[in-house]
Order: sequence, then structure tokens, then C-alpha cells
Amino acid sequence: MLTKTRRPKHLNLLKIRLPLTGMVSIFHRLSGVILFFSIPFAIYLLALSLRSPETFLQAGTFFEHGLVKLLSVIVIYSLAHHFFAGLRFLLLDLDIGLSLKNARLSAWIVVILGFVAFAFLAIWLLAGECL
Amino acid sequence: MSIHVQGMRAWLLQRLSSVYVALYLVFALSFFWHSPDLNYDTWLNFMAQPVMAISSLLFFIFILVHAWVGIRDVLIDYVHNGALRFSIFVILGLYLLTMGVWVLMILLSVVQI
Repeated sequence: MLTKTRRPKHLNLLKIRLPLTGMVSIFHRLSGVILFFSIPFAIYLLALSLRSPETFLQAGTFFEHGLVKLLSVIVIYSLAHHFFAGLRFLLLDLDIGLSLKNARLSAWIVVILGFVAFAFLAIWLLAGECL
Repeated sequence: MSIHVQGMRAWLLQRLSSVYVALYLVFALSFFWHSPDLNYDTWLNFMAQPVMAISSLLFFIFILVHAWVGIRDVLIDYVHNGALRFSIFVILGLYLLTMGVWVLMILLSVVQI
């Protein structure tokens, strides 16, 4: 559709200031792409854990490497955010929380729950016996 | 609303798969939470139950379906060259299919019927 109005376009990502609801949305997409790339690693871990007692232990030590730990942190945060942001979208699809006020509130709740779940999972899965 | 509306099938698949994957994840995490000293035999026997093998296979299939719709949406938004987009679709489809066969082989190798 062609429009003749010359509206200002700020496609410079550094100049766009998305509202929180928009941030939750774009991070839902970004985290989804990150999770997509983690799929083969998850399947590989499943294979290792079931093949033999030796490879089962190997699957556990997989996370001891520094780089793997760092990437796992990113994947775990992506999963936590994707989970709650996705839940929010499902509720929005059911017409729950559509008002601007409630949409902003639920976006905040998603951010907070995402961080809480991330902290919990990261400590539990990566830091070992802390809990 | 008809299922034949453009994009409706993908929209519905994305939501159905997300619900299953979310429920399975909560279940799996609670299993690991309640089995802090999980050893190989317990894990193998747990996954060898047909109900676990089948629900796990469904979990991965739904993840792959969810990934297909999600990545497809991203590609539609950012890749505008038709031929390039189609090529990536084909590679993506074959890749996800391979992942599915891999999971199927892993689970078939442990399931006790």
C-alpha cells in the first residue's frame, strides 16, 4: 500500500525506543531463535544420557566447561523469558488482559517471572548443590 | 472461523504445540527436582516406559513443529528474495526432519514394549 504522507522513520535501532510490551515481544522472538539453535544440543544430551552409564556421566560434565556454562546461561534465560512471554500471548489470544493498562502490567510480570525462573534454574542446574 | 483461512493452520499449530511443550517442561522439571540423585539405571528405566517414550517423542515433535512455524515467520519478515527464502525453507525443513528422526531413533533404542 502506497501512502503519500512522509512520516518520520526511525529504523535506526539505537533511536527506536520500544515500550516494554514491544520489548517483551521482540525478546520473545529473539529467545525463540536462540532456543531453535539449542535444539541439536538438547537432543545430543538426551542421546548421551541414555546410551550408557559412561555417557550418562559425560552428559553431566558437559556443563562444566566455561563456554558451555555461559551459553547455557543464555539458553536458560531465553527459555524462561520465552515460556512466560508465550504464556502471556496465549492469554492475549483468549482476550485476557487486552487493555493497555493490563497489557503493560502483564509485560512487567513476564519480565519479573522470567528473571526469577532464570535465577532459579541457573542456580539449580548450573551451580550444583547450592539449593 | 475456518481452518483454511491463510495462516490459520500455522497459528493454531503454534499455540497447540506451545501448550503441550509447556506442560511437558513443567512435568520434566518437577521430575528432575524430585530426583536429585538420578542415576543411569533409574533414568533409563524411566524413559523406557512406553508412556514416557511416546510423550517425549511428542514433546520433541511439537518443539520441531513450533520451531518450523516460528523460524518460518521470522524468515517471512526478513528474507524478501523469493528464491532465497524458499531455499532456506527447504534446508530448514530437512534439518528439522533430521532432528525428528534422530529423536525417534534415540527413543526407539530405549523403549521397552
